[in-house]
Amino acid sequence: MNPEPHRFHVAIASRFENIELVQVVLQDTLEGLGVGEDDRHWVDLAVREAVANAIRHGNQQDPTKRVDVDFELSGGALVIRVKDEGPGFSPEEVADPLAEENLLRSNGRGLLYMRSCMDTIDWAPHPDGGTEVTLRKRLPALGAGTRAQEE
Amino acid sequence: MKIDIRQNQGVTILAPKGRITIGEGDVALRQAVHEALKAGNSKLLIDMSEVKTIDSSGIGELVSAFTTVTNRGGKLKLLNLPAKVNDILQITQLITVFDVFDNEAEAVASF
Repeated sequence: MNPEPHRFHVAIASRFENIELVQVVLQDTLEGLGVGEDDRHWVDLAVREAVANAIRHGNQQDPTKRVDVDFELSGGALVIRVKDEGPGFSPEEVADPLAEENLLRSNGRGLLYMRSCMDTIDWAPHPDGGTEVTLRKRLPALGAGTRAQEE
Repeated sequence: MKIDIRQNQGVTILAPKGRITIGEGDVALRQAVHEALKAGNSKLLIDMSEVKTIDSSGIGELVSAFTTVTNRGGKLKLLNLPAKVNDILQITQLITVFDVFDNEAEAVASF
């Protein structure tokens, strides 16, 4: 039997302090589903980076523009989508933060964080406008269902 | 985020507690380093033991602090990295940039 997927949606105005709202909902949901502390930590970091990028680079910190976060966990497959209202960007154009000449730069590590914390990261223009980043991570311990469902 | 500040044999020890993340913790760290430099303290040791999370902005602020202090002839070193912060420094390869200690006395003696 395939368990029902767990989903939530959060929309925030483009202010950095609102990242904490996403973090609270995300952590509460993951903890309630029985996701371990290590996985919660790395997922939290990746989502923080994705939302911060959406606010800073996508929406140019315009508080009238919103960031949408969609969460889905189904059969151990975690998918989180973060959508902004910006014009989009090419990850290929971001300088390699691990190159010797960039090691002491104070920025440019957001993508590295996301790639390191999750299994895959993809970007695409959204049909409604803006850019959507999709973060995926397998949580094998939850593959047979969630703690909440088993209890 | 709160930052405790104390002195040990001429070394200023900054001990951030909580999250060094965009919009709050990163700004607090920047201000604490600038105030230490302004007060004439150029030997800085950042005790990371109570840091729960550090995002890319927080790491960027650490790097910025390191270059600012170094450019002024001072030194900035790290103490007591929690495992997850150590992982981040490995991922970003900044572990090769910072001097890292797990013993305060040894860290202080190294300046």
